[in-house]
Amino acid sequence: MELFDNLALGFGVAFTFQNLIYCFVGCLLGTLIGVLPGIGPVATIAMLLPATYALPPVAALIMLAGIYYGAQYGGSTTAILVNLPGESSSVVTVIDGYQMARKGRAGPALAAAGLGSFFAGCVGTLILAAFAPPLTEVAFKFGPAEYFSLMVLGLIGAVVLASGSLLKAVAMIVLGLLMGLVGTDVNSGVARFSFDIPELTDGIGFVTIAMGVFGYGEIIANLSRPDDEREVFTAKVEGLFPTRDDFKRMIPAVLRGTALGSALGILPGGGALLAAFAAYTVEKKTKLKPGEVPFGQGNIRGVAAPEAANNAGAQTSFIPLLTLGIPPNAVMALMVGAMTIHNIQPGPQVMTSNPELFWGLIASMWIGNAMLIILNLPLIGIWIKLLTVPYRWLYPSIVLFCAVGVYSTNNNTFDVWMVGAFGLIGYIFYKLGTEPAPLLLGFILGPMMEENLRRALLLSRGDWSVFVTRPLSAGLLAAAALLLIIVLLPAVKNKREEAFVEE
Amino acid sequence: MKIKSQKDFFAGLMFMGVGVAFAWGATTYNVGNGARMGPGYFPLMLGILLALIGSLITFKATVVETVDGEKIGTWAWKPLFFILAANFAFGILLGGLPSIGVPAMGLIVGIYALTFIASLAGNEFHAKSVFVLATVLAAGSYVAFVWALKLQFPVWPSFISG
Repeated sequence: MELFDNLALGFGVAFTFQNLIYCFVGCLLGTLIGVLPGIGPVATIAMLLPATYALPPVAALIMLAGIYYGAQYGGSTTAILVNLPGESSSVVTVIDGYQMARKGRAGPALAAAGLGSFFAGCVGTLILAAFAPPLTEVAFKFGPAEYFSLMVLGLIGAVVLASGSLLKAVAMIVLGLLMGLVGTDVNSGVARFSFDIPELTDGIGFVTIAMGVFGYGEIIANLSRPDDEREVFTAKVEGLFPTRDDFKRMIPAVLRGTALGSALGILPGGGALLAAFAAYTVEKKTKLKPGEVPFGQGNIRGVAAPEAANNAGAQTSFIPLLTLGIPPNAVMALMVGAMTIHNIQPGPQVMTSNPELFWGLIASMWIGNAMLIILNLPLIGIWIKLLTVPYRWLYPSIVLFCAVGVYSTNNNTFDVWMVGAFGLIGYIFYKLGTEPAPLLLGFILGPMMEENLRRALLLSRGDWSVFVTRPLSAGLLAAAALLLIIVLLPAVKNKREEAFVEE
Repeated sequence: MKIKSQKDFFAGLMFMGVGVAFAWGATTYNVGNGARMGPGYFPLMLGILLALIGSLITFKATVVETVDGEKIGTWAWKPLFFILAANFAFGILLGGLPSIGVPAMGLIVGIYALTFIASLAGNEFHAKSVFVLATVLAAGSYVAFVWALKLQFPVWPSFISG
């Protein structure tokens, strides 16, 4: 079996002392920021990118990936104990998890979340290992026209499946695409929109945008809200292990959540958040067994299913990135940046040109999941302590890490001015109710889209019909159009708004 | 004309403005045609598209009813000012700003300044605990960034380290 050979290679890479350490550091940091509300994986990965310059690429990617899936574990702890989502993807875990904690069943809730996440993480990793090679085969058949259409599909999918206003999200994507074009045009050598500032001819750094908008912008927005009442269950979490009845209810929920999460993670725009929402909705639709607590009052299924789903989704959202080189969400967009920094062109060739990176990353995810369950269940007490750290100590530290991070990307204070400007822009976005995540996706895809559009039209001598006459490209565009039509249908439109109303 | 959603109205205006600016800027470069795209082609297309979407959002904001008018609300000037000021002060102190005669003061001074200014953004300010926090952050940053990761920073003021 080729798969096993590949996995053996991967484990060989992941089990080196150095990579184990970086995997652990990533998971630890991920749990940390997952537990702390007000800082997410996007800002953290952006902050740590400069620190990975000196590392070998495999170690850097293993650590950054660990932050993303680690955050899914940590987020549930805060959701259950504080009634606040530590991470956006644990928004729905709050509903039943906190009720369980109030009834003195915080232990089983944490265990359900942890075990569900672990199971889902393992399955997600296996799916990633099994599906990535055939998908890369398909990707090699892609020409520039197909890539352009695929990116259109990816971007449309990203907004359709996200929350909030559709039009504004599309506008944010276009804005992101435009911002991605700032800098020297590779074909003509013309410096576009750089206002004769030498630093801008290299383009705007995506680390700068991510930290400004997601780091500073969020901090300003958080500080502008009145302090919310936090009721932390710092009292001893007792009886960690769920009862036999709990297990009976949990297991099918975890299985459903895993299946749903794995499927939704692959879709463009999918990932952890959407998966958690969908899984909770499905659980709510199923019939309650006699003697079961209703949803919203502490049903263990309401914790297990979304937590399994968000972890599975986090894992499988690596598939489009690793096989096609197309990031399906903002975190993956940052991973593209990380790969480019280390001179790895994301795309189908990664698997053949850097097999130790590809399989090492996948194997490290499995190891990381095992580390996380140990970090999160027996050591839960440490994380509970962390929750008592006040925000007024936290945010100056975040500001500092952002400032140090952007400075060290180029050792140039110009980036520090830019991140300040993007902080202001991020706050304006917040006030105007526009989601910044699509902007980052567009920003990463902007230059790639222009390049592929240019090549496709050059090959067809300026004939735009090439996008619909090539069957693969036409299929991708049709899928994008279909997605848009479905979401604009009045019936679906209302449902979509309803589904995100709990946010 | 009555604005039904203040947020959307101004968001639309913002997109229109930015779109027009990019499209106008793109026309100063060689636009070319489909088969031979110049550097201005793609940004011109996108700029026009953004302006169109922006006008649609603004138009919708004056037509579609919303429950509460989706007011933008008051601006949080205090956190906005202090967070950005902390960032800029850090940049100026770290690298120096010769144009206004500020010498490079280095990382450690920058961290103290950043922590104090940023802490003013919150509701509570205790000079003593902020000082402790700044000291912890300065020591931690020195160990993590300078010692362990070996990033290149001016650590001490330039007139001391030379």
